[in-house]
Amino acid sequence: MTIGVGRTARARSVGGALRRMPIIPIFLLGALTLAALLAPFIAPHPPLEVNLGNALAPPFYHEGGSVDHLLGTDRLGRDILSRVIYGGQVSLLLAFSVLLIGGTVGIVIGLLSGYAGGRSDSIIQRGVEAILSLPTIMVALVFVFVLGQSFASVVLILAPFIAASFARMVRGEAMTIRNMNYVALARVAGASHTRIIARHIMPNVAGTIIVIATLEVGALILVEASLSFLGVGVPPPTPAWGLMVDDGREYLTTRYWLSLFPGLAIVITVLSINWIGDWLRNVLDPKRQEL
Amino acid sequence: MTRYILSRLFQATLGILFITTLVFALVRLTGDPSSILVSDFAPIEVQERVRERLGLDRPIYEQYAAYMGGLLRGDLGESFSGRPVSEILAQYLPGTASLAAVALVLVLLIAVPLGILSAVYRGSWIDTVARAIALFGQSVPSFWLAIVLVLIFAVILDLLPVAYRSGPESYILPAVAMGWAAVAGIVRLIRSSMLDVLDSDYVRMARAKGMPPRNVVVKHALRSALIPVLTFAGLVFASFMNGSVVVESVFAWPGIGTMTLDAVSGRDFPVVQGAVILIAVFFILINLAVDILYAFLDPRIRYR
Repeated sequence: MTIGVGRTARARSVGGALRRMPIIPIFLLGALTLAALLAPFIAPHPPLEVNLGNALAPPFYHEGGSVDHLLGTDRLGRDILSRVIYGGQVSLLLAFSVLLIGGTVGIVIGLLSGYAGGRSDSIIQRGVEAILSLPTIMVALVFVFVLGQSFASVVLILAPFIAASFARMVRGEAMTIRNMNYVALARVAGASHTRIIARHIMPNVAGTIIVIATLEVGALILVEASLSFLGVGVPPPTPAWGLMVDDGREYLTTRYWLSLFPGLAIVITVLSINWIGDWLRNVLDPKRQEL
Repeated sequence: MTRYILSRLFQATLGILFITTLVFALVRLTGDPSSILVSDFAPIEVQERVRERLGLDRPIYEQYAAYMGGLLRGDLGESFSGRPVSEILAQYLPGTASLAAVALVLVLLIAVPLGILSAVYRGSWIDTVARAIALFGQSVPSFWLAIVLVLIFAVILDLLPVAYRSGPESYILPAVAMGWAAVAGIVRLIRSSMLDVLDSDYVRMARAKGMPPRNVVVKHALRSALIPVLTFAGLVFASFMNGSVVVESVFAWPGIGTMTLDAVSGRDFPVVQGAVILIAVFFILINLAVDILYAFLDPRIRYR
């Protein structure tokens, strides 16, 4: 196959896929992100403002509800809508912190391990597999027990898992590309290893990285929410979505909205991200096109 | 084949060594291990017994040897209530295992037919439904799904129990909440492996010789498409053991998950440590079993 043919075929498929861009999830995710970023200007109330006199107020569409608290208030009288909006900050910030730290480490390890091959590669891979074979949530429970509950410890616990899954994927791609003719050619031409990795391998792995990153953000938000829900994630009174669902649990029979709305926020966010991720996979990586 | 199994065994041993050492190191890296390992809530005599057994004043390698030796004998230490951790785990394991088994059966009953149909009728409405289910399965957190299920089926419709383990009907909601996410994975897997097989030469051959389409799908295609599913099912079961913490906590289910959370809030470290080691070892062993089974079923790996 010559490069020219590959490029036209790719350009055509990219063009077609761009026309089928999923507008709905992009819009939803955009709106949620924007709301999270502009939370101080948009949220009707400060997320931590306690008002015991107006605790457990129902949403506006219920009898006794008011437009002042569109989605009602929790047991401390805090505005649920405002907390859901600020909750986006927590989830997104956490997911991106983990992605930045874990992803960078994972990409570097994966590139080096895949490019070097041989003994060092197989040692690194044993380590990566050891991490991936661990049950995330159970391990997180022990870590939080020992490290204490904080934003930083959640990042610290999840980053190695992300690093490991990045390392595995990137390593696989890097190994294939390393054996390509143009890499051999570059080496013959006298290019250094650093240059080959940076100029020839890295750009070809970028597509895969973008796809994994997107899908991992979705998975990360779910895990973070689960940890918060279990009471071992971000500590209260931070307005984390998982925490809010947990808070509402005891009022489920009478005041379902306490758990429903923060949960919906999680579903909409993660659904949009996964939807975009699936689409990206089809655009950037047509050979692994599934479902 | 033997070489493959040996290398996988080695890897599994490495994994188990890794997690147990990690837990050991983690506690001691914090500076004052006795504040974590010895609960202030425990009776004085239990505290003293634990201190003595841990030997925190001894050199670190002696502590490590004692810890690993204990694990090898199945001795996971004792809870601050004075009960051996292994005994507590044995008490709660059946609750989690039975729930995970029910969830797995439920998942297979739904996902296998759905995956087959969406591959056979590719591009039809069934395929669209399967895609939607797969997308939702990945995106809905199980704890929230559990809460919504309780709200609909237990609170509003009053059809099923809200929580706790009682009769068979008490399994339904927790099993659905637990299995939900796995349906997505299995549908995807069956669909893609069916599509591969349906496109293969021997299926084309079967069609060409005039075999009825139904027989082609059931006798030829399905048989080989199910191999990855069989092995994936093992991994799903293992992931249920991990995710059980979340589902069990919603339904107050008497299993390892609820027990672990109680131990976390009661600062009962030996119990938490025991649960994590148990689940992690279980997780790794299932991975190992799956890989070996796969080698037996798939000749391409066997003769590598």
